[in-house]
Amino acid sequence: MPVVTRGLTKRFRGGQVAVDAIDLEVPAGSIFGFLGPNGSGKTTTIRMLLGLITPTSGSVQLLGEPMPKAQLSVLPRVGALVEGPAFYPFWTGQANLLRFDAADRTADPRTRKARAGEALERVGLSNASGKKVRAYSLGMRQRLAIAVALMQRRELLVLDEPTNGLDPQGTREVRNLIRELAGDGTTIFTSTHLLAEVEQLCTHAAVMSRGRIVRQSTMADLRSELRPRLVVRTPDPQQAEKTLTSLGLTDVRRQDDVVEGDPGELPIDKLAAALVAADVRIHAFGLQHPSLEDAFVALTGEGFDVAE
Amino acid sequence: MSPSETATTVTRPLPARPSAGRHAVALFASELHLVFGRARTWVTLAVLAGVPVLVGVAIRLSGSEGGTEGFIGQVAGNGFFLIVASLALSLPFFLPTAVTVVSGESLAGEASLGTLRNMLTAPAGRSRLLAAKMVALAVFCLTATMVIWLSGLIAGVVLFPVGDVVLLSGTTVSLADGLLRAFGIAILIALSLLGLAGIGLFVSSLTSTPLAAMAATFGAFIVLGILGAIPQIDVIHPWLLMYGWTSFADLLRDPPYWDAIVRNLWIQAAYLAVFYAAAWARLTSRDING
Repeated sequence: MPVVTRGLTKRFRGGQVAVDAIDLEVPAGSIFGFLGPNGSGKTTTIRMLLGLITPTSGSVQLLGEPMPKAQLSVLPRVGALVEGPAFYPFWTGQANLLRFDAADRTADPRTRKARAGEALERVGLSNASGKKVRAYSLGMRQRLAIAVALMQRRELLVLDEPTNGLDPQGTREVRNLIRELAGDGTTIFTSTHLLAEVEQLCTHAAVMSRGRIVRQSTMADLRSELRPRLVVRTPDPQQAEKTLTSLGLTDVRRQDDVVEGDPGELPIDKLAAALVAADVRIHAFGLQHPSLEDAFVALTGEGFDVAE
Repeated sequence: MSPSETATTVTRPLPARPSAGRHAVALFASELHLVFGRARTWVTLAVLAGVPVLVGVAIRLSGSEGGTEGFIGQVAGNGFFLIVASLALSLPFFLPTAVTVVSGESLAGEASLGTLRNMLTAPAGRSRLLAAKMVALAVFCLTATMVIWLSGLIAGVVLFPVGDVVLLSGTTVSLADGLLRAFGIAILIALSLLGLAGIGLFVSSLTSTPLAAMAATFGAFIVLGILGAIPQIDVIHPWLLMYGWTSFADLLRDPPYWDAIVRNLWIQAAYLAVFYAAAWARLTSRDING
């Protein structure tokens, strides 16, 4: 497993617990979506994974080696983008890439320029490589930040909100790039607050809320748990509620003229017949499949509001 | 995203990386590039280069020979002294200001841009990054005094007659010997700035605001200056950062008086060691949140 944490905790001065005893397990070759509202502790976790901040307690294993102890041997094999792009604005995009590569003593200086050129091409910045970063848009900076991670072949990419600030076209390109890298055998750990991103991209996901991991599984498992609900619109809601409950539906709820419940394994054509037999007039009848967003809100209990 | 890349999509073990430590020098070169690749640095050096020109032109225009004490008084008679006078004039204010700006920027500048996290995840290694920053600072100090030496030499030759140099001890040496001594003075002054550079590096490790680091470093420099001006506490004066700064003049004696020079270098080394260690302790334990 490229990333394993055990009881990883960060308590900031002042007592606020940003990350609370989390156990992450990122399987090799996965595209792992690290999901959570803003302020839920995602970035703090990523900073601990990469040795930028020291955990209050708990441990991190990156590519099988303990962090931050082994960072000098591990981090060259890890590409990272932490909390938005950061560059020297008075330098060109290419000069920025060269500097960060020069900081890695395992990086070969003879191939440095060529690798920078390739990385810039992969993120579509070849034409802007000679421009000062000061003149880059946020989307271009984001691409350049991804290019930093692509300067070397990496075994693991840790990407914090990689599509932040990109236009729809750029977002698509970055997603394709991530898929392509994953196809090369690179494990991708990407944080995001965008559900669509996880839904379209990821093989695994962990959901973080208020410093804790509330769910961690494969996307297939997560989806299979999104059970459809029977929704009936009727002018006789009370009668419908009674009938459906007696038929064995669980979690039956009534609001105005809508009654809904969890049908479980019950065949829904029988349910319709039973309602009609009970003299319930039906205006609309059907199964509603909850979205990942519903599941997310149910897990985090707070939607997209900033957790405090 | 280029089509040629997708052709190689095979899951296989990644190629082994070259062993660590092979290209350790690149970071130091990159640090120099960071310091000297900025317009601000070149403006600073240009201002320092302007000191001998200004002093020289002022003396030339006033046309007054004699009357003035010290190195400045000798400039009109021998352009050589413009080098020494300019270095001496830059030492109390211009050079410390320049060192304060560059050292205060060093770590706090990276922290404020957020590039510190890129450097550390590269990974530069915190101790190594600090060492690279300090080396770049030392090179900057040396460059700054060399610029004054060179500019002083050129302005001195252009504006005044030059010739054999009469030393403070009264002996006369050749111009070449004098220039060599002035070169030595430039090196001594650069070394004299290292203590302050160490303070600046330490302060810079404390904050993510470069301006605050510069202000605090300059504040420390001023406080040290004030302490040195209070006679009641003269017992601590020999241990202050700037106590031995003027010892460079002893190089213009024949033979040079080494005692004060060596003592100053020890003081600088001690300040540098203390503040470098403090900066190391701070940087290696600091949470990088910026």
